Amino acid sequence: MRLFLTLLFRNRLAALGAVLLLALVLLCLVVPLLPLADPNVTDTPNKFLRPFSEGHLLGTDHLGRDLLSRLLWGTRLSLAVGVAAAAAAAFFGTLIGICAGYFGGWIDNGLMRLIDMIMAFPYILLALAIVAALGPGMLNALIAVAAVNVPFFARNIRGISVGLTAREFIDAARLSGQGHARIIVTELLPNVLPVIIVAISTTIGWMVLETAGLSFLGLGSQPPQADLGSMLGEARAALIAAPHTLIVPGAMIFVIVMSINLLGDGLRDALDPRLRSGALARPSPVTRIARPAPPPAETPARGVLDLDGLTTRFEVGAQVYKAVSDVSLTLGKGECLGLIGESGSGKSVTALSVTGLVASPPGVIAGGAARLDGVDLLSLPYRDLRGLRGRRIAYIFQDPLSTLHPLYRIGDQMVEAIRVHRKMPLAEARARCLDLLRTVQIPNAESRLSAYPHELSGGMRQRVGIAMALVNDPEVIIADEPTTALDVTVQAQVLALLDRLRRERGLSILFITHDFGVVGQLCDRVAVMYAGQIVEEGPTASILAAPAHPYTRRLIACVPELGGGRRQLAAIPGLPPAVNRLPAGCAFAPRCDRARPDCQRDPIALRVSGPRAARCLYPEEALS
Amino acid sequence: MGRYILYRLLSAVPVVLGITVIVFFIMSLIPGDPATAILGAYASPENVARLNADLGLDKPMVQRYFIWLGNMLTGDFGRSFSLNRPVLDEILERFSATLILAGVSLLICAVLGIVAGVVSAARQYGLADKAITLAVLVGISIPSFFLGMLLILIFAVQLRWLPVSGMYEVYGGRTLVDLLRHIILPATALAAVATGVVARLSRGAMLEVLRQDYIRTARAKGVSETGVIWRHALRAAMVSIIPVLGIQAGFVLSGAVYIEVVFQWPGVGRMLVDAILKRDLLLVQGGVTFVAACYVLFNIIVDVAQSLIDPRIKA
Amino acid sequence: MTTPALQVDGLSKSFPVGRGLLRGATTMVHALQPLSLEVRPGETLGIVGESGCGKTTLARMLVGLSQPSTGTILIDGKPLDTSDRRVSSQQIQYVFQDPISSLNPRKTIRQTMETPLRILFGMDAAARTARIHEVFEAVNLRPEFLDRYPHEFSGGQAQRIGIARALLARPKIIVLDEPVSALDVSVQAQVLNLLADLKTQYGLTYLFISHDLAVIEAVSDRIAVLYFGTLVEIGAADRIFARPSHPYTRLLARSAPVVGRPLAPQDTAGAELPDPLNPPPGCAFAQRCPKVSQLCRTKVPQLQETGETQRAACHHPDQT
Repeated sequence: MRLFLTLLFRNRLAALGAVLLLALVLLCLVVPLLPLADPNVTDTPNKFLRPFSEGHLLGTDHLGRDLLSRLLWGTRLSLAVGVAAAAAAAFFGTLIGICAGYFGGWIDNGLMRLIDMIMAFPYILLALAIVAALGPGMLNALIAVAAVNVPFFARNIRGISVGLTAREFIDAARLSGQGHARIIVTELLPNVLPVIIVAISTTIGWMVLETAGLSFLGLGSQPPQADLGSMLGEARAALIAAPHTLIVPGAMIFVIVMSINLLGDGLRDALDPRLRSGALARPSPVTRIARPAPPPAETPARGVLDLDGLTTRFEVGAQVYKAVSDVSLTLGKGECLGLIGESGSGKSVTALSVTGLVASPPGVIAGGAARLDGVDLLSLPYRDLRGLRGRRIAYIFQDPLSTLHPLYRIGDQMVEAIRVHRKMPLAEARARCLDLLRTVQIPNAESRLSAYPHELSGGMRQRVGIAMALVNDPEVIIADEPTTALDVTVQAQVLALLDRLRRERGLSILFITHDFGVVGQLCDRVAVMYAGQIVEEGPTASILAAPAHPYTRRLIACVPELGGGRRQLAAIPGLPPAVNRLPAGCAFAPRCDRARPDCQRDPIALRVSGPRAARCLYPEEALS
Repeated sequence: MGRYILYRLLSAVPVVLGITVIVFFIMSLIPGDPATAILGAYASPENVARLNADLGLDKPMVQRYFIWLGNMLTGDFGRSFSLNRPVLDEILERFSATLILAGVSLLICAVLGIVAGVVSAARQYGLADKAITLAVLVGISIPSFFLGMLLILIFAVQLRWLPVSGMYEVYGGRTLVDLLRHIILPATALAAVATGVVARLSRGAMLEVLRQDYIRTARAKGVSETGVIWRHALRAAMVSIIPVLGIQAGFVLSGAVYIEVVFQWPGVGRMLVDAILKRDLLLVQGGVTFVAACYVLFNIIVDVAQSLIDPRIKA
Repeated sequence: MTTPALQVDGLSKSFPVGRGLLRGATTMVHALQPLSLEVRPGETLGIVGESGCGKTTLARMLVGLSQPSTGTILIDGKPLDTSDRRVSSQQIQYVFQDPISSLNPRKTIRQTMETPLRILFGMDAAARTARIHEVFEAVNLRPEFLDRYPHEFSGGQAQRIGIARALLARPKIIVLDEPVSALDVSVQAQVLNLLADLKTQYGLTYLFISHDLAVIEAVSDRIAVLYFGTLVEIGAADRIFARPSHPYTRLLARSAPVVGRPLAPQDTAGAELPDPLNPPPGCAFAQRCPKVSQLCRTKVPQLQETGETQRAACHHPDQT
């Protein structure tokens, strides 16, 4: 709760809205106690007095009634009606929405058809019809406004409830013997509540406007009773003669609705967990680069792709997450280098940092270089970097359903990948794409060109992803867990395809994975990541046979291998450290059975020995 | 495609029927009887009874509903007692004026709102974003009828640039230029709120889409930032923007009622308000049904547009 | 012969799929074809299959989260009656796939754990606390975790909580639906070992569902292989992948990535499941099968003995 208030009031506009609204509400509460003129006493000789007249601070209206008094009483009435209408709409809307969402089936169908029917009216028509039937008056206006807003709540709440009901904790609640009513009240409602609050706060403003509107038309409050809408309605007749009678109530509605909207936005932002983590920020075209000492723009190349002390962080508020710390790697020509690690180890962030694709904010590349043939990509101007993306370095991502654009045809997406880099006639580009789809063994390639991603199976989509990476004959392919989302038989096929392609085309592949089995089958060399650092690197066979770093050894031991029979599995106790609170020394030391006191003192350097390297003071086997 | 349109049209039939039921039911809640309203409080009981019989009001409610529905299907919406002319003629004449006003407003709101939203998202937290956010806040907080009157005060009364009210000059040919001069202020006032809502929603939808994996893929392919925003992100964001345009059309039609009153625009909204105040039920009943049916039709167009943008819908 | 802990007979599930106003009648999609199997007391039966094979459908029916279209479920020889959760919760329990999502984000762990004890068994506060502490100790969780909210836990911890919840009612059988697939390998092993310990400690019977062949082999006594809603092979865990009878089992076993084994040459690119709305008349695997014959395309194969402990639904099985 305190966190929530802090969040809310960190947003200065929301705080302003809250203060304004609070002041207005207090003012409305004390209106009967204030020494005001009677709002309904007419005094025609003194009509249309300007503001700041004697005895009438805001002047008088067409009947000589005191405007200040009418304004305050009117505000009181308008606010009360708006709040009451919002509460009523929220109550009935929530009831309908939760029942429809939770029970589903015919209940859902029936209720939602009814809601659709009501939504088929432009809202004012229904309100007009209701007022026409019940007769003009403030209470009837309230009923009308509440009724036309029920669908808004019902739809919103139903959507959330459907999503929540599909979650496993509702199943769990059912298994624990809870009845429907209890599940709705104790499991569903607390989770829906934030949505209701946001919906109310964003609609109260509307309700105030709508009731004022009905009064303006003469269908709400009846003379002589003042509300803001009817005051505006009365002012219309004297628009030119006495504009202040218009501006006074108009400005008041504006202030009320604006402060409600400001507060509502603030509430929504504070209650939305995604905004809290800054995730709704727009990612910039290139990751923000803030390197204290930019490395030389060009150095002699060791391999096709050289990472040199690459360091990437996520800065969320005051927290700094060191996702990738000082990663150096060399990918040789025609080589397949595996980068392996558990979730949160920084392997994907490393891959994305190479061409500045880490979402920023919150990502920052805080040091190091990524060199393609010796040229630092991170020092290049955006235009040049963009020219390299997809042309010389191409990516294959994990889940092709989310990484292919859902609304463009496969062929169009592939053709685009060619034509952003060079001019090529459309027919030629399509022919090339077709050729590649055949290369990756997609059956009926011709018809697949005009298919949408959702029309293909997971395996086919990933083949498309691979074909799209190949359209410009890149030198380097970075494959970020390309088979993780696939079934095992499909995975085997895709891996075999990748292996064939790289041998046929001499591709250099940086292959990110969490699976030792995959690395063992595909990669020449492997680098193991833990807590953002490379802890071990070397030829795959030699590392698998004799891991030097205790983490590597124990991680390999954890992986059950087919054919091993029924057995006790080795486990690593504890959890990887959070990368915003990394220990001073070895990040693995707290879980390591070989750790000694000096392991936790200072950062450990990567020790190189021939083709292998390990970041450990007391490695498993002396590196020969 | 044709099949989808046909399907949507067919599924609109029960909705429109439902609308007639709701309207009829609400109208039948009215206390007292129309004959008294027409003849006045001092009419003799015999005259009232005779008029009620003439109007078919002595029949049971269900029967009356089907008579009304049947008549409407043959184009007979009844006769307005306050205007003394067929309801349908009046509606058609008035509705065309409303359609022009609402159409122009919706166009302004769609174009301006989407562009503002996209620019705002593309320059998140930049100067343009802040300016647009502020304008949107003002736009959605100001009552349209108040804004309309302010515009009249400033542009018609003080500056005398544009006419105060009406659709055409009283004495003059009904020229397009004349119409344009008259429509600027009401259309602006009417579009303000909807534009704000659309801009704000477009911004949110764009920000949501820009975080998606396929945007990263586009960047990884080397697509330029302009291409990423206008080709990849906006296309995907339209999926959530289009339905809102449909909802905003409802709001624009609703707001038109106020604006027509403020600007003396001869539209169907002002007609309805007058009819309610005069208790001209057949006119209210027919007008509400007609406009709601048109709105249903418009929403079908929105759905079809949506299915053109999003191939996943047809399945 | 002892009574099986769980006996399933002809269990199947089909869903109606509406095809819209203009396309006429609804079609039935068979998520699970009639299936029969037995689980002996104290046994772990592994159920393995790829996405869309019906393994989760099976699990949800076993615990009463969805109603079978046909067939019976017997537990200790008595029909499962999920209308009385008080009884059924002591017979069979469920551990969910996604540990975080199976906990209500707005309830403390204590509130989540207390609900079934209060509602099903009417325990008083002291008894509830005692029981909760007991199961928390069994799954190696510290009692202070009880007053935290789900988002404060790692996946491994949350899954331990899920297991603890399943233990509360002292069930005989636990259905584990992909209990470790959301976890990293180093944590996965912790949870698997915990499950093994609990099993010996409480004499539990497990139905262990997974898509990971190596995991399923490591934990199971017997393994059932599902493909497209059909049980295609069942047999002893130590033999089924080493000596598969069904060509699909063979394909699965050969596809699993194993260090040092060269990548399998491509069989065919058509690794697609049949269209559920329009299933093939014969064997569902026929279009991918290297041994396919005319018979396979027309007649659905039935389960038959192919070895001492193995049965396979194939017209041309390999004898083991």
